Amino acid sequence: MRGVRSVDEVGADERAASLAKRSIKKSSKLWALDLAIRCMDLTTLEGSDTPGKVAGLCAKAIRPKPGDASIPSVAAICVYPARVADAREHLRGSGVRVASVATAFPSGQSFTSIKVTETEDAVAAGADEVDMVIDRGAFLSGDYHKVYDEIVAVKEACGKAHLKVILETGELGTYDGVRRASILAMAAGADFIKTSTGKIQPAATLPVSLVMMESIRDFMRETGRPVGFKAAGGIRTSKQAIAYLVITYETLGADWMTPDRFRLGASTLLNDVLMQIDKERTGAYQSGDYFTID
Amino acid sequence: MAITKRQAAELAKQAFEYAPAPEATDHVRIQPRYGLFVGGRMQEPHSKKRFPTINPATEQKLAEVAEADAVDVGRAVDAADKAFASWSRMAPSRRSRYLFRISRLIQERARELAVVETMDGGKPIKESRDVDVPLSAAHFFYYAGWADKLEWAFPNRRHRPLGVAGQVIPWNFPLLMLSWKIAPALAAGNTVVLKPAETTPLSALLFAEICQQAELPPGVVNIITGAGKTGSLLVSHPGVKKVAFTGSTEVGKLIQRSLAGTGKRLTLELGGKAANIVFEDAPLDQAVEGIVNGIYFNQGHVCCAGSRLLVQESIAKPLLEKLKQRVSTLRLGDPLDKNTDIGAINSKAQLEKIQGLVDSGVEEGAELFQPECKIPERGYWFPPTIFTNVSQSYRIAREEIFGPVLSVLTFRTPAEAVEKANNTPYGLSAGVWTDKGSRILWMAERMRAGVVWANTFNRFDPTSPFGGYKESGYGREGGVHGLLPYLELS
Amino acid sequence: MPAKNGNERIDVRKTYKQYVGGEFVRSESGRAYRPDGAINVPRGSRKDLRDAVRAARGAFAGWAGRTAMNRGQILYRAAEMLDGRRTQFIELLGGGRQARIELDEAVDTLVWYAGWTDKVGQVTGTVNPVAGPYFNFTIPEPTGVVGIVAPETPALSGLVRRLAPALCGGNVVVALAPEARPLPALTLAEVLATSDFPSGVINVLTGQRKELLPWLAAHMDVNAIDVGGCTPDEVVEIEKAAADNVKRVVKMPSGEVSPHLITAFMEMKTIWHPIGV
Repeated sequence: MRGVRSVDEVGADERAASLAKRSIKKSSKLWALDLAIRCMDLTTLEGSDTPGKVAGLCAKAIRPKPGDASIPSVAAICVYPARVADAREHLRGSGVRVASVATAFPSGQSFTSIKVTETEDAVAAGADEVDMVIDRGAFLSGDYHKVYDEIVAVKEACGKAHLKVILETGELGTYDGVRRASILAMAAGADFIKTSTGKIQPAATLPVSLVMMESIRDFMRETGRPVGFKAAGGIRTSKQAIAYLVITYETLGADWMTPDRFRLGASTLLNDVLMQIDKERTGAYQSGDYFTID
Repeated sequence: MAITKRQAAELAKQAFEYAPAPEATDHVRIQPRYGLFVGGRMQEPHSKKRFPTINPATEQKLAEVAEADAVDVGRAVDAADKAFASWSRMAPSRRSRYLFRISRLIQERARELAVVETMDGGKPIKESRDVDVPLSAAHFFYYAGWADKLEWAFPNRRHRPLGVAGQVIPWNFPLLMLSWKIAPALAAGNTVVLKPAETTPLSALLFAEICQQAELPPGVVNIITGAGKTGSLLVSHPGVKKVAFTGSTEVGKLIQRSLAGTGKRLTLELGGKAANIVFEDAPLDQAVEGIVNGIYFNQGHVCCAGSRLLVQESIAKPLLEKLKQRVSTLRLGDPLDKNTDIGAINSKAQLEKIQGLVDSGVEEGAELFQPECKIPERGYWFPPTIFTNVSQSYRIAREEIFGPVLSVLTFRTPAEAVEKANNTPYGLSAGVWTDKGSRILWMAERMRAGVVWANTFNRFDPTSPFGGYKESGYGREGGVHGLLPYLELS
Repeated sequence: MPAKNGNERIDVRKTYKQYVGGEFVRSESGRAYRPDGAINVPRGSRKDLRDAVRAARGAFAGWAGRTAMNRGQILYRAAEMLDGRRTQFIELLGGGRQARIELDEAVDTLVWYAGWTDKVGQVTGTVNPVAGPYFNFTIPEPTGVVGIVAPETPALSGLVRRLAPALCGGNVVVALAPEARPLPALTLAEVLATSDFPSGVINVLTGQRKELLPWLAAHMDVNAIDVGGCTPDEVVEIEKAAADNVKRVVKMPSGEVSPHLITAFMEMKTIWHPIGV
């Protein structure tokens, strides 16, 4: 782990900024916005979530814009384990997947046994995907084995469900740490690596995502196994979403432009994307009044 | 899924091919013909000769400019000389005010300047917009601040301006090179006659308008257009006390020879063949960005371009793999498109020169790599090129190509890297990529180059002195040192 | 003035407020005083001072972290804004030739220091040739929160002369306006508020010197205090109070205009690094 190559912060920041300057227009923009929806994990992770709240979100996930069949469904709903059964109920037959956070989300400060059991129960309740958090306490104190073993155990508990491993990049301190955590998570069996829980600042950023994607690229080259990327937290505008797509496209290539390998964890983003689509179609700037808030 | 993963990826590639994103040009007015900016106004030239300036991306004529003759040059130098009397005696804080105005005006007209620069020279709009124009404004802002602080720049020394400065600049960064020349000259109390390159006169002529808007006293700045002959007339005019030249080493030597015994002060900023040195512990993805930036920024039309990659043999293979992959994502095309990374080659002549050297590389036995690029029908273009299997003795490793062509060589130890990097008559810049701080400083100490970039490349700032060792020229531009060429200190 | 036949225009008179954390506020104490007998001016309290220091501290990292060129551009913008309001200020300063000279001096001072931000490091920093294989360099850094006691006269340019060098170096400021003529300082705050300074970088308080000064001098989170506007007795008291947190007490001759005024509010940091393969 200590042999993992370092990352130059200034260079990474510059590359990410330069990619964010790409100007995506017209047909490319519409395609990107459509992809952004198809790759979205529509998320609600609040202590106050109820079955009613989840039902509303599921309806939005299946049909983001009522009356407009050209708008696709999102990729998944992301909820706390206690709400998985509700989500499963409302998404039956829709093709939208159920992702559950697990492993003492968001802090990860609990026992491995609890984390494994929580994962098993979430999967049993109907989760197709599990978003786990790494043990940052162990990582930052250098106990990489503990972090690794825990991911392996949770992956096993997932069974057929896909595992996304949240690095919580905002707590890792350096891009070096982000790269190290990425490689560790992939080596331990992650199907996706994910930036953040969305519960602290900073959450997902373009440079951090670039560093993670470069790690994915290197891992692919070394092992031949493709790992997916998910950005989550603080992505509210279409402009941001498109920037993430551009970075993915220019770093990982066309093969990653699919919900099987790219996701955006978001909630308010969806309506902004819908507004941008309408702006492209009609030529006029839009108002939030015309889009449902579920 | 109804379609395969491969099909989906292909669809993605087609659909996400970044639709054209052209920069608006309707707010820019280029006149059909221009005179010379002498004595504070645009004047009809004495010379009857005119020549066109074209857009190298489309080969379309943009305007006609004058080829200033000996009489024109004489008028311009006289105007500058006349203005010198009052400009040099003006209270320094007043000179400073004019320079601040010019800086702010450049910022106010930034987009217009960027568009003209791209159309006239061929560089991508994102470069002229984000690098050339902001740095030009910054240069004037920085030197505006020095005008009334010279006693602190050179403590305990008396300073006097020199007189009329004759300045000849190249076509690769027209407005920026103009700023590098004019700002310190004026801040120090001199007046100038500047000749832009024959293929890129337009941004200088727009700058003339800015001088008028700033109400700069007439004759302080004079802009005369022309080719080599005009430049030669300018630097040899007896009224010119100081000559500043940026261009090829070949012409620099001619100028130095011609000025011998005249007592004129001279600074030269000439060619380069910089080594970009990558050690095995370098942060690889960022090093790749640095290499790409080093040689493909501005199509490689950069005197300090990192045109030689010296990579430590132990990581040569993975680095080159990443480099080739990265180079394949570079977008070549319409310079006015905001997504273009590689613009047009500045002229047919330059294109032929690049082609000639590339041919020599193949002939001498180097291995050529070029990604697939859609080359537009009209205009001058050259795809980004990487040569591997290069020896120190090949022409592509020794001669300045001034195009998007990288020559790759390997080394084993730091000492060997130093030796290879310095083994050239040039000495403008060098790049060092390593994770180890002490090695950066050790290498920097040993590079015989005026600018050493560590873990970065092609970074410029008005506060940072720039200039070469050996045949890359002498004198520095930028920073406190940039004032020295324009002052008499006693 | 009583209306003659009811047609004279009735001015909308300005309420003068202090400038704290990027906002114009009355004193939290609600008090006011009338330095010229007619116009009410906030009588700042120790709590206002406390809030101002807190706002300044919060703004320090951001302001110090800006590029030197950016700070220079903002100081230049302040000069643009001030010059644009010449007529208003000349009237405020009493009209006539002296007022115009004072206003010009204030503008010139801002422009002069705007041009220093990206040069002071070049002139006062050094690379030191130590006797060993080390790269060693010294660079100036801003000291932090600077308290400025504005001289009573000249009411505008006296403050600007102290303010500009402190800001130029990257510091943030809490200024006590002149007690007898505070209006130019408060109007200057309006100029600064429209010059792209981030909130909290400059704070201007009005009120009684003898009430506010001891609190400023003793504040443990103020790094330096410029006593250009203080009497000799006040300076002694300040020096004593400043000792509690080793506050830098800066005394500069009132007419001086030099980069030493900038470095008076800066710390010199020296860094070593080995040179080796």
